[in-house]
Amino acid sequence: MAEQVIPTKKMPPGLQVENVDDRIMTLNVGPQHPGSGHMRIIVKIDGDYIVDADPDPGYVHRGEEKMAESRNYITNIPHLERPVIHDSCNILYPYVLGVEDLVGIEVPERAKYVRVIAAELNRCIYIQYWLAIYGIFLGHSTMFMWPAGDRELLIDLMEKITGARVTHAYFIPGGVRNDVPANFEDVCLRQVNYFEKRIKEYADIFYDNPILKARTEDTGVLSREDAIRLGTTGSVLRASGVDYDLRIKEPYDVYDELDVHTNVLKSGDSYARSKIPWLDMLESCNIIRQALEKMPKSGSIRTKLKPNPKGREDEVYRRVESGRGSAGCHIISRGKPEPYRLKLSVSSFRNLIALPYLLKGEKLGNMPAVYWSLNYWPVEADR
Amino acid sequence: MSKSEKKVTSKDEDKKKSDEKAIGDAIIAAANARREELAKEALATRSNKTLPKEIKEKPKEEKPKESKPKEEKPKAAPPSKTDTEEVSLPEFEKSFVDKISSQFTGDVEVGYIKENRTRVNVKKEKILEVAQFIKDNLPFDHAESVTGVDFPEDKEIGVVYHLGSYTDPTYSKQVLALATRVPREENPNPGNDSTKLPSLRDMFYSVEFHEREIFEMLGVYFDSHPDNRRLLLPEDWADLPPLRKDFRNKGR
Repeated sequence: MAEQVIPTKKMPPGLQVENVDDRIMTLNVGPQHPGSGHMRIIVKIDGDYIVDADPDPGYVHRGEEKMAESRNYITNIPHLERPVIHDSCNILYPYVLGVEDLVGIEVPERAKYVRVIAAELNRCIYIQYWLAIYGIFLGHSTMFMWPAGDRELLIDLMEKITGARVTHAYFIPGGVRNDVPANFEDVCLRQVNYFEKRIKEYADIFYDNPILKARTEDTGVLSREDAIRLGTTGSVLRASGVDYDLRIKEPYDVYDELDVHTNVLKSGDSYARSKIPWLDMLESCNIIRQALEKMPKSGSIRTKLKPNPKGREDEVYRRVESGRGSAGCHIISRGKPEPYRLKLSVSSFRNLIALPYLLKGEKLGNMPAVYWSLNYWPVEADR
Repeated sequence: MSKSEKKVTSKDEDKKKSDEKAIGDAIIAAANARREELAKEALATRSNKTLPKEIKEKPKEEKPKESKPKEEKPKAAPPSKTDTEEVSLPEFEKSFVDKISSQFTGDVEVGYIKENRTRVNVKKEKILEVAQFIKDNLPFDHAESVTGVDFPEDKEIGVVYHLGSYTDPTYSKQVLALATRVPREENPNPGNDSTKLPSLRDMFYSVEFHEREIFEMLGVYFDSHPDNRRLLLPEDWADLPPLRKDFRNKGR
C-alpha cells in the first residue's frame, strides 16, 4: 500500500522514483550473473510470468567512439576490434572499408580473398563461442564443451594467419597486415572440412534434441512484421522470415564472386534464432572452400598507405554482415588524420530493443533461452 | 550523497513519508550541486584550454569551407549540388531523393547523392513531416543507426538517422541519411535547454534506444520519447555529455 513519493523538486535526469507493488516483484538479473553477461536486465515478475523487462546495458562501456576521435586512422584499428574480440575481423571490416573509401585506395585481389576467408573463419569462431554459452544457459554442458573445443581448430588457423589467437587486428586499410603462411591453403581446407564434419554432429546432440526443442520452440516469438518494425538484424531477422543478408544484398570485397546462400527460417522463435547461426557456420565452410579455390595464388596483399593518412572531407557509411548481423560504421572526416566522428552501429545494440518486447508475457525460466538467442554480445552493445 | 542521507534519517525517524521526501530532496539537491560544480569546472577548463586553439584553427578552416561542399552546413551545400550534377548522378538514388525534395522545397536540401548512399538535410521543425512522408511514400522501414555529431564552431548538434529497407528488394542496398541540426548551448542542461528534437519513435520504432543514447551522449532531448532515461552512462553522471567536443579525454 505504499504511496507514491512525489518529489518536490524536479528530478535530475537519471534518478527516478519507483512505486512498490504488493504483487509484482522486481528482480535484478545481472550485472554479475553468469547468465546475463556484463549487463543487467531488470525483470518484473508476477508469479512466474514476466510482466516487464528493462535492459540496462553500459557496464562495459568503454567510449570507443570518443577514443576514436583522438587517434588516427591506423592507431584506431586495434581498439575498434575490442567490442567483440571473438569476431574481431568482422567488427573491424566496415571501418576498414570506410577508411579505404575516404583515403581512396584500391585493395589487391588476393587481399580481398584473404579478408573474406579470415572474416568467415572469425564468424565461425564467434558463433562457436556463442553456441557454447547457449548450451550452458540451457543446462546442456556437452554443448558447452563441444563448440568450445572445436573452436580451437579455427583459432589455430587464425593464429597461423595473423599471429594472434583472438585479437587479430588483421585488417588494415589497403588490405591485410601480412600474408598467409606457405602451406596455408592445404591446412585450411583440411581443418575446415573436419570442422564441418564436427558441427554437423551438433544436430544429433543439440538441435534435434527433444529437450532443447521443448524449451525453445514457441518461446519468444518475433513475428516478421515486428522484426522489421523493431529494426532487428542478422540471425534474429532471418529467423523471422526476412531474407536479408548483406553478403548478398550489398556484397563487399569479393562476396559477389562467390556463391553465397543465406539461411532463413520462418517460425521466429528461440529455436529458429538458435539454429540460424549454426546454419551460417555450415554456409561459412562453403564460402571458405570457394574462396580458397578462387584465390589468386600469388600477388600483393596490401596497398601501402602513406604514413598518417588523411581522409578527404566527406562522410561514409559502410556496413557488413558480422556474426551477429549488420555491423555499420559511420565515419565523418574533416581532412585530418583523425576521424571527426566515428559511430559504430552494431547489431547487438540494434537487437537489444527486441529483448523487452520478447520477454513480456514469457515465463521467467524461459528468460535465458530468449535472451541469448538474440545473439547479443554485451560488450559490443556498450562499445 | 550517503552522508546527507544519514543526517536526514537520524533527524526524523518517525514519519516515513516526510522521511522519504527529505531523502529524495537531499539526493536531488546533492546531485544538482555536483552537476553545477562540475559544469563550472568544465567551463573553467574549457575557457582556459580550448579558446586559444580555436582562434588558431579558425583561419585554417576558412579555406576548406569554400571548397569542400560535403559538410552539412547549409551555406556550403548549394555548390555541392552543382558540383555533383556535372558528374552523372546515380539515377535511381536521384529519383527518390527528388521525390522528397520536391515535396518539401525550401525545407529540405540534398546533402549528397552517391551510389547506394543518399542524404537529405532537413530543418528541425520539419523533421516529423519529412519522416512521415518517407515512411508513407518510400519503402524505408527501419533505422539502422542514429549518429549525433557535435559542431561547436557552428553552435549546433547534428543528428543523422540512417534509414534502410528490409521489405523492398530494390531498396535493400539503399541507406538514406536523414539529417537535422539543433541549437547547441555552451552550458548544457540536458532536457531543460533548447537542444530539443521531436522523437521519430512513432514512425520508426527502431530509433528508441539510439535516441536514448544520443540524449545521454550529446544532451539532445527528444520530445515525445516515452523513455528518456540514461542507457549506457551511470545514473549519477553529472558531467558534460561525453561525446561533445568540449568533453576532454583524460590524459589527452
